[in-house]
This record gives sequence, structure tokens and C-alpha cells, in this order.
Amino acid sequence: MKNLYLPIPMKVENNHIETEDRNIKTLTLSFLNNKDEETFNFIPGQFVELSVLGAGEAPFGIASSPMDKKHLDFSVSRVGLVTTELHNLDPGDTVGMRGPLGNGYPLEKLRNGNVLIIGGGFGFSTLRAFTNFILHPQNRKQYKDIAVVYGARNPGLLLYRNELSEWEQRSDVQLHVTVDKGGESWEGKTGVVPVIVKELSIDTDNTTALVCGPPVMIKFTLPVLAEMGLAPEQIFLSLEMKMKCGIGKCGRCNIGSKYVCTDGPVFNLAQLNLLPQEY
Amino acid sequence: MDYRIIKKSKITEYLNNLINEYVIFAPIEKDDIVLYDRIKSGDEVILDYSNSVNSPKEAVIPQLETLISCKNNEDITCVKEHLDEQKRFLLFGARPCDARSLLFLDKVFNDEKCRDVYYMNRRNALTIISLGCTRPQETCFCTTTGGSPFSSEGSDLLFVDIGDDYIIQVITEKGAELVEKLDLENTQNDELTKMDIVINKSKARIEPEMELKILKDKLDSSFEGSAWEILTEKCLSCGICTYHCPTCHCFDMIDEETKGKVERIRLWDSCQFPHFTMQTSGFNPRPTYKERYRQRIMHKFSYCFDNYNMAGCVGCGRCVSQCPVNLDIRQVLTAFYGKHEEIRL
Repeated sequence: MKNLYLPIPMKVENNHIETEDRNIKTLTLSFLNNKDEETFNFIPGQFVELSVLGAGEAPFGIASSPMDKKHLDFSVSRVGLVTTELHNLDPGDTVGMRGPLGNGYPLEKLRNGNVLIIGGGFGFSTLRAFTNFILHPQNRKQYKDIAVVYGARNPGLLLYRNELSEWEQRSDVQLHVTVDKGGESWEGKTGVVPVIVKELSIDTDNTTALVCGPPVMIKFTLPVLAEMGLAPEQIFLSLEMKMKCGIGKCGRCNIGSKYVCTDGPVFNLAQLNLLPQEY
Repeated sequence: MDYRIIKKSKITEYLNNLINEYVIFAPIEKDDIVLYDRIKSGDEVILDYSNSVNSPKEAVIPQLETLISCKNNEDITCVKEHLDEQKRFLLFGARPCDARSLLFLDKVFNDEKCRDVYYMNRRNALTIISLGCTRPQETCFCTTTGGSPFSSEGSDLLFVDIGDDYIIQVITEKGAELVEKLDLENTQNDELTKMDIVINKSKARIEPEMELKILKDKLDSSFEGSAWEILTEKCLSCGICTYHCPTCHCFDMIDEETKGKVERIRLWDSCQFPHFTMQTSGFNPRPTYKERYRQRIMHKFSYCFDNYNMAGCVGCGRCVSQCPVNLDIRQVLTAFYGKHEEIRL
């Protein structure tokens, strides 16, 4: 019987500062054991528990695409004990990882349709994993139109800036990067995410929206999507809850009878509408 | 069903015969209360008791256990699993409600998709001898939750008190193995008649108070109601109900550095504590007593039906007898069930 509490050892390859306030870093990890690398398969939207011995564990969405088998990215906002320890790691250090956990984005359902990706702030990490996955030459043909709306409070808080520039150059993805407040040097869009979504012209019939971001963004984006004609079954959200075990035992991440760690973290709006508003 | 009989006066001797082979947990008296605890000798055991203050869940989910550890100067590559081979474990004199609670815990920890190896190691090593209840207490409500004072669910052997002897009902293979080992006598017909009388008398004393499926529907439709606020007004969020509950299994995981060692420890936690669901951002989906108490009730009587098709409560009544403000779960359930026109507490 596999010990689900035993972390696999990972090596820090890079710990890159993402934001101007230095509060978010992207940690790139590689596997220390070949066998772990071979057996670790995940789908975008899944998460892991990262651990620094002595500080503890915390859940993080996988921010890199599964097409890269050798490396895993995690964007870590420094807010507490474990995240501070993760920020302090240098290349060559080791870290523990349990996973992959949770269900991930519904790849089967998304195939052969249009995809609308809506992310806000720090919630963009698993959507970045998903976007890179579907933009990969091996996968791109399986999806029709792809639109990405990504917003941050200000330009300094935008993540993955090199990649955003690359996507900008591509003709097979419609990218809308926006900030709440731009400043003088900002040449891009200004405005909150729901407003930008509202301006999009997309064929909603065959479109699935993936939404992840702060509660306020979700609150105002959902009515916009409904107005555009998207049914609750076409809208998927990735949720966040306090977690410990990640395997449906420790009892704290449930919303009604669903566990965010095992039934989620990705739910469609029709499923969420049946659950109590405790999230 | 296979039956055996054992003289009450022989119990101590039998337990002493087993003590080298098994770690034995049994009800003992300590500081004027009855507790399940590890015994060193058969004569510590008391069998004339209503129910223990603690539940025997500690046999499978210790209050505190080390999951993994390493030395201070080592890193994650040197982590050691704390999965020692379990000695055979005997839970003697458990009440039928507590034996049933293990079937519930199995649903959580023996889930085929995510099996908990620490739990399973102890569970597989466990044999349960339960003692039927001839005198259900005022706080007992096992029949309401689908059990009964002589339910054999979850037990390997069930003892029925018929005066000077116990009739032993042999429920499982594990139980049969133990009975063979002890070389116990077969029963006579008149003894079985005595047993039936005892069982029926006890059952008559504890009638089910409500239908669980109907209760679930009523709870589901009352999630948003103001009743929760009124009902939980006196709750202190102390969590004592969850610590004594045989089915409550929520836990925390923390890292602890002690003398040259780093350990990842799992320990009991409670959904009644505000920090249980508090996120680092400060957001708490269950911020007040109302949401936390509601979670406990909904989990046991609604969500568990959705997920495991059984209630997450066995009606042992410990939360009733231990609550410092007499918040009686039965009254709360009855209020939602609609037996009373208004909510009375």
C-alpha cells in the first residue's frame, strides 16, 4: 500500500522573483529520483502539497505544463510560514512534494471547442499551465479559438511576463492583459477583468470558460458570462480552501458533501450552484 | 450464527492468556471515570459500566502520531516513514455503537482511491470484542442512527450478559479464530433463550426517535434558516463533542523540531475551532459558532449519506453527556425534524 503522506524529494532548479513587490516567486523543481519523474503524470489544474521539513506543508497549483516532464513550476506568494521558507530556497536545495492531487481542468470536455481562459492576479498559475498545454504544437489542433483574459492590480504584479509577450506574438491565441491601474509607462489595457470579458466577441455556443482569481473578480465575472449566453455547465472554476491532507481525510476543505481536494479543485458552476455558499 | 459461552469469573484469566499476543484496550476505572485504555493485566478491566468517557477511536487514530521524520541536519531525501509493524490489537468490551463507528471510519480511511496506510496498518491488526448493552443510558440514541444495543456490526465477537455468563456471538473469521484459541464451550438452548430475552428487553428501552432519510431532507432544506443561530446560541465552540465522538476524525498535520529531530505529526483537530478553516488571507468560510456547529450536524446527518450512505453518528451520546453547556444533539435534530412546533432548548 502506497504511503500517501510520504513526500517525494525534489530539487530546486530556480527560484525566480515574479513581481515587483518581490512577494511572488516562481519555484522550478526537478525530480531527484528518475523513477518519480517517470511515474509523475498530471493534468493542468491539479495541485500538490509542497513541504519544507520543520515548517510544514501547503497546497500549490502546478503552474507549468505537463508537456514538460522534467520540471514543475509553482508560483508562491509569501504569506506565511511555509511560503516564507519556500521563498528562501536556493537552487540545489531540496523540497518535499506530494501529489498530483485533485481533479484538474476537464480536458475531455474542452476538446474540439473554443476555450475562454479568465484569470486574475495570483490565481493565474494553473491557467498558465493549461494555456501552455493547449498551445503546445502537439495539442493546439485539438482546440478551436482560444482567448485569454488576464488581469492584475498593476503592471508590476503581472506574472509570467516573458510568456505573455510570446503569446502576444501568436496568431492562434487572443490575449487580453489588463491592469486595474496602469501608470504612465503602461501601454496595455486598463480595466477590471469582468469589463474586459464583456467586450469580447466570441461564439458562446461551443465555448467553455475556465475561471480562477480573487473572489471579487469571480463575483463580477460570472454574471457577465451568463449574459454572454454561457450555461453553468460551460463555466469551470478552480477553488481554494484551507487544506492539510489533500486526500479527503482531514475534513477541512469540504463545501457541503464535496471535498475541494478530491472532488475539486475544479468544479463547474452547475455543480457549485448545488452546494452551500461556504467558500 | 455460532455461539459460545464463557463464565464471567473466567474473563480475567482469558485476558491474561491473550496479553502476550495482543495489545489489549479495555474499559478501566481511572480517577473515578471509565476509560478505554491499554491494560497490563486482565483484572484491571471493569465490565459493569455504561459507556467509557473516551471513545476507542484512539486504537486506530491516535491523538498524536508521527508520520515521517528525519534528523535535524538531514534533508527530505533522508525522510523515514513511521510505519512499524503492528502488534495484534484487541479491543475488549467496546460498546456496539463504538464497534459500528469503526465501520464508518473505514469508509473514510479505507477509501479505495486514497487508502490511509497508517490507519489500515492498525485496523488490520485489530480484533473487536464488544459487549452488548443491557442497560442503555438516558443519553444513548444508537437506534436512531441505525444501530442497536446488541448490533453486531463492526464487531468480531459480541458478548451478551445473561447473568453469571456471557453468550458469545461469533460474527467474523477473526472472531472465530479467537474463540478457537480460547477453547470455549458451546451453548445450550435454554441459554440462548435467556439471551433473546435480554436483547429484546434492552431494545424495548431505546426506540428510534426519527427516520434518518427524512431528517437529511429536512436538514438540507434548512441550511440557510435562522434556526441555526438560535440553536447554537449557547455553544462555546470548545470542540469537546468532537474529541469524544467516536466518528469525528478530522486532523491537523504539523512539523515539530525537537532534540535533533524533525517530525511531521498528525493530531486530532476539530471543525468547531475557528482556525480549522481559516485561510492565510484571513478569510474564513465558517467564521462563527453557527457555521461551525451547522457543519458538524450537516456533515454527520447529510454529507455522510451523500458520500458513504451512512450517518456519521452512532448515537453513543458522549457529546450529550460531555457538553459543558448541555447542547443536546438530539434536541437540535428533533427541532429540524419538526417534532416540536417551535425550537426549544
